Amino acid sequence: MADPAGGSHRARSEDARHAWRIFAIWFVLSAVIDPLYYFLAGPHMPPGAETSAASGAQFDLNVVMVTAMPVVIAVVLYLGYAVVVWGAKRSGDREAVGGPKYTRNLRVQMAFIGVTTLIVMGMFVFGTVELIVPAGAGGGEGPNPIWTPTSKTILPIQVIAQQWKFTYRYPTFGGFETDQLMLPDNTTVAFHVTSLDVIHSFWAYQLGVKADANPAEDNVAYTTTQQTGEFTVRCSELCGLWHGSMYDFGHIMTKQGFEQWATSTEQKLAPATKLLPKFAYTYVPDANGADGGYYPDNVDPYSNVETYGASTTQS
Amino acid sequence: MTRTARLGVFSALFAVAIGLVVFTAMAFLRTSPPTIDFTQGHKAGQPVDMTVQTVGSIGFGPHPTWVSYLTKTPGGRWVNTTLWDLPAHTRINMTIDEYDSGSPLRNQQIGSIYGVIGNQALLNGKPVSLINSNAGNGVAHTFSVPELGINVPLYGVNGNAKNFCSSAPCTLSEAHNTIQFSFMTPGPGQYPFQCFVPCGLGFLYGNGGPMQTIGYMGGFLKVVD
Amino acid sequence: MAIDIRESVDVGQPGGSAPSVRQSNRPSWLGQHLGTAIIGAVAGYALGHFIGNSIASGYVHVANSGQNDVAVCLGLAFGVFGWLAGVGALNYPLAKLVGKEAPDEIAETGWGRYFRYTLDHKVVGQQYVIGVLLFLFTGGLLAMAIRTELLYPTNHLIGPGTYIAIVGEHGTIMMMMATSIVIGPLGNWLTPLLVGSRRMAFPRIEAFSFWIFTAGYLVILTALPLGGFPTGWTGYAPLQTESGAGMDSYLVGFAVIGTGMILAGFNMAVTIINHRAPGMSWSRVPIFAWSLLATSSLLTLATPLLFVAGLFGVLDRTALTAFFVNERGGSSFLWENLFWFFGHPEVYIMALPGFGIVAEMLPVFCGKPLFAYRVGAAGMVGVALLSFFVWQHHLFQSGINPDMRPLFMLTTELISIPTGFIYLVGLGTLWRAKIRFEVPMLFCLALYFNFLIGGITGVFLSDVPVNVTLHGSFFVMAHFHYTIMGGLVFAFFGGLYYWLPKMTGYSMNKRLGQIHFWVMFIFFNLTFFPLFVVGLLGMPRRVFEYAARLQGLNDFSTVCAYVLGASFVIFIANFVWSIYIDPRPAPANPWGSRGLEWQTPTPVPFYNFERIPVILSDPYHYGEENPLPVADLGLGGTPVAAAVLSGNGEHASGSDGGGPSV
Repeated sequence: MADPAGGSHRARSEDARHAWRIFAIWFVLSAVIDPLYYFLAGPHMPPGAETSAASGAQFDLNVVMVTAMPVVIAVVLYLGYAVVVWGAKRSGDREAVGGPKYTRNLRVQMAFIGVTTLIVMGMFVFGTVELIVPAGAGGGEGPNPIWTPTSKTILPIQVIAQQWKFTYRYPTFGGFETDQLMLPDNTTVAFHVTSLDVIHSFWAYQLGVKADANPAEDNVAYTTTQQTGEFTVRCSELCGLWHGSMYDFGHIMTKQGFEQWATSTEQKLAPATKLLPKFAYTYVPDANGADGGYYPDNVDPYSNVETYGASTTQS
Repeated sequence: MTRTARLGVFSALFAVAIGLVVFTAMAFLRTSPPTIDFTQGHKAGQPVDMTVQTVGSIGFGPHPTWVSYLTKTPGGRWVNTTLWDLPAHTRINMTIDEYDSGSPLRNQQIGSIYGVIGNQALLNGKPVSLINSNAGNGVAHTFSVPELGINVPLYGVNGNAKNFCSSAPCTLSEAHNTIQFSFMTPGPGQYPFQCFVPCGLGFLYGNGGPMQTIGYMGGFLKVVD
Repeated sequence: MAIDIRESVDVGQPGGSAPSVRQSNRPSWLGQHLGTAIIGAVAGYALGHFIGNSIASGYVHVANSGQNDVAVCLGLAFGVFGWLAGVGALNYPLAKLVGKEAPDEIAETGWGRYFRYTLDHKVVGQQYVIGVLLFLFTGGLLAMAIRTELLYPTNHLIGPGTYIAIVGEHGTIMMMMATSIVIGPLGNWLTPLLVGSRRMAFPRIEAFSFWIFTAGYLVILTALPLGGFPTGWTGYAPLQTESGAGMDSYLVGFAVIGTGMILAGFNMAVTIINHRAPGMSWSRVPIFAWSLLATSSLLTLATPLLFVAGLFGVLDRTALTAFFVNERGGSSFLWENLFWFFGHPEVYIMALPGFGIVAEMLPVFCGKPLFAYRVGAAGMVGVALLSFFVWQHHLFQSGINPDMRPLFMLTTELISIPTGFIYLVGLGTLWRAKIRFEVPMLFCLALYFNFLIGGITGVFLSDVPVNVTLHGSFFVMAHFHYTIMGGLVFAFFGGLYYWLPKMTGYSMNKRLGQIHFWVMFIFFNLTFFPLFVVGLLGMPRRVFEYAARLQGLNDFSTVCAYVLGASFVIFIANFVWSIYIDPRPAPANPWGSRGLEWQTPTPVPFYNFERIPVILSDPYHYGEENPLPVADLGLGGTPVAAAVLSGNGEHASGSDGGGPSV
């Protein structure tokens, strides 16, 4: 780690001795721990492999871990070594080293800065690639996403967050709205997340998707399902009293199972769907129905008449 | 001051500080509306009957203008609370006397009745499974337990009715709708229930105030063995 | 080489003159002090509340909700004015306003002066110590309550409304407390002594900033009886707009503390820039002063946005403006951006002084000069500069323009480079040193360990794909507790143990200090490390209910948190015993430090230095043969560094083993 410049031969070899010792221990520890982690723990790391976003996030987490652990090992090892080897009592009469070699050493400074810059820039490039390539990595991209999936058949699902539950609308199945989130396997899904009141956040843990739900905003997140299974949806932005209990459970089903469920639910909920407003990507309280317009002047946001789908206002 | 005297002074100060902490913990952290116990004398297999009412303004207490639930104790008294002890794996027959005026729902999806036995409720004696909040008096409140998948919208009364109830507890001679339904309690646990009609008057989006305060429009089903 | 420096009364003279005082026979309980401040605050609150009621009780939304935010906000604002007027902080500006001279401060030597508005920066610094410790313990008790509630996943000991109010209160008090640590006990007490000055540049503003901090603390405490605020310390709109009256305490409290921060910030900056003693060029400025300079730039430039955001929030709640209401043409994103544009520099306001403190102490206990001093100073400045460009990393999943995300990922990754410089300095100084494991040194080493974990987990969060899983979860919570508590709070305690002998003249008990350190360090790590795992496993922040499979980890963390809390009791016992109950006088330089602040007698006199010193070198030349003395104190005879060792002067004995070799 330290490559001393100048100084007496004895002092130089003393520095070199400590440096090689620390380097050797670090190298062995890192060479053992990193692969051990990557191959043993890596495949089990959250959020799992149910979707492309999840497995991408798992891979990214493992790469960051594998890069970070040698850094942590290096610093902790160095601190431990210093505490054990360079304590005052153990040193006895030995003086601490001083002078410009041990206060300015340009080579050490440049090496340190160079290595840290390389690691940091590498992480940046990796992170950017991993963000763009899997179509936004499951994060909310706002209303105008630029990294979109290549699939031609994307299933749109609108996630409506309100205080304090999530409801889900399926515009391609007649726009029915339900409490349960069901997804088909091996399909690219676009989540359009919006809110009817305050800021919430749609976090589907095993799907590797998180997108904030903002009032009057459409926040789009993509992922592609890969396995069937259950997943948890939790609100992850504090939204008031019942934020902690704002969660539900969803299912990734087989494609046929999903078709069956969707068509039968569409039929079952038909009378209810007729009463819902027309599907739109955002909803604002509006006396004439939900079509994304601003407040008309005669609706007071502080009254108790706050509706989307209202055809009349009543006091 | 001698050392012992100083020690005494600081010990006294420390005791005062501890006292303040304990007092705050007891008086502030632990205050809550009372829990009504519906498990007293309950035999396994028997249903539990409950009556609650929802009112437009409670009229008393620290927030007299707020909407609220009131619960009838097994002894017949009306108490301003939303915390109920219920027995596990039991059928609960719920009667809700609804005294408040209604409005269109913010999310009409909540106009459907589900999660209760038969997926329907009796509204003034007539069975309903879907309420159109854009018609008639609209929906005043909902009884919703999201963790159990229960949702029952409560149809409102006409706000201009002559015998509109203005302060709790309201009586059956005043304008009201009676909604009856039944559901099964699951295993032991605490299940939050809330209302999905933003009826917090004067608060932005209507979701402040009573909507976010235990004892008014939100509470717990505390299911015990 | 004695330089004749007469007592000077000119403003801006390097070092400046000590504030002037007068004598008085008036009994000390008359006059203005904490008691009159309380009276003023209560009277002010009542007046403001009354005015608010007269104005606003007829408003429709006030009548419907039963909640008069106008009355609460005006009450709090008037209460703050009453508090400041009561303690005498407004006497000078008001006197000047009417063309009079304000009376000089009354000279006082008893303990009464600690309850007054005083111009002696050392008294202000000590007032801050008590104030900061009070904030810390209040916040800590709230944390104990939070962890207690999280013992059971679905059984609730505290109602959810109360729980969320406590969470917000804990966060806000701790953030305010941590900022005032930076400014107060160390910034204000130490800065003039570090740079060789008699006083801060603006002593009245310095005292004012202490009393406004205490006012802000009290305002934030009023949130609890008013029902608490349900938004957490981040205060997101529009939840903020629909909340109960406790939200007003949050908004007004932040505006009040923000004012104090801005004032204290530029006070520190001006002192360091203008009041350096002659001979103290920029390469001889102590590294802690560099960190304070960098911090004060953040305090002065970032905090106005907090004030503005708080003002907009108050207007939205009282005057029904719509800054943060989407449907009326405002934007909920506006609050997010205003808050985080302040919020990110804010956390660096907390991190940088921690780095500075440990860098200042490290050479003393290593017996070695500081490694790469210039790079360290550059790192502080670099972090401060870059901290203005990273704030959107709090908003990665909020629906911001997707192009912004790689950009802010880049800047956030880049900021870890200057942060790394701090490690270069620390680790380089440790190389082949002769380490004395005094209690302050233990805290220094702990900071390097804790901040390593905190900083590295920050890199995890800055990677956007990984951020999708980790944002808003307990992982973030553990990250910032590691950086702020593991960093600044540990450094603060190290600094306290280190500088208390100079501040008060009494040393803390070493054995108790060691016990405090080990219990705090071990149980801090045991409390917060499991929370990384809990967050990875899917538990969001600020929830009162969580998945049953996470109960084991949460319970383990809670029990360790109780022990962590107990370690603070050990500290209080040590502090109270050593300073108040059985104080033993400490030597003038118990650690054998070459720092300028240690070259004063103990306790430090009102005027700090008898003559303004002339600085001859930086204070880090340990382990050298015949180093230049740090300064010529103008007392005649031998320069100071030799005087410490040769027994010249009063207190050469008693330094704990292994002093610097000259």
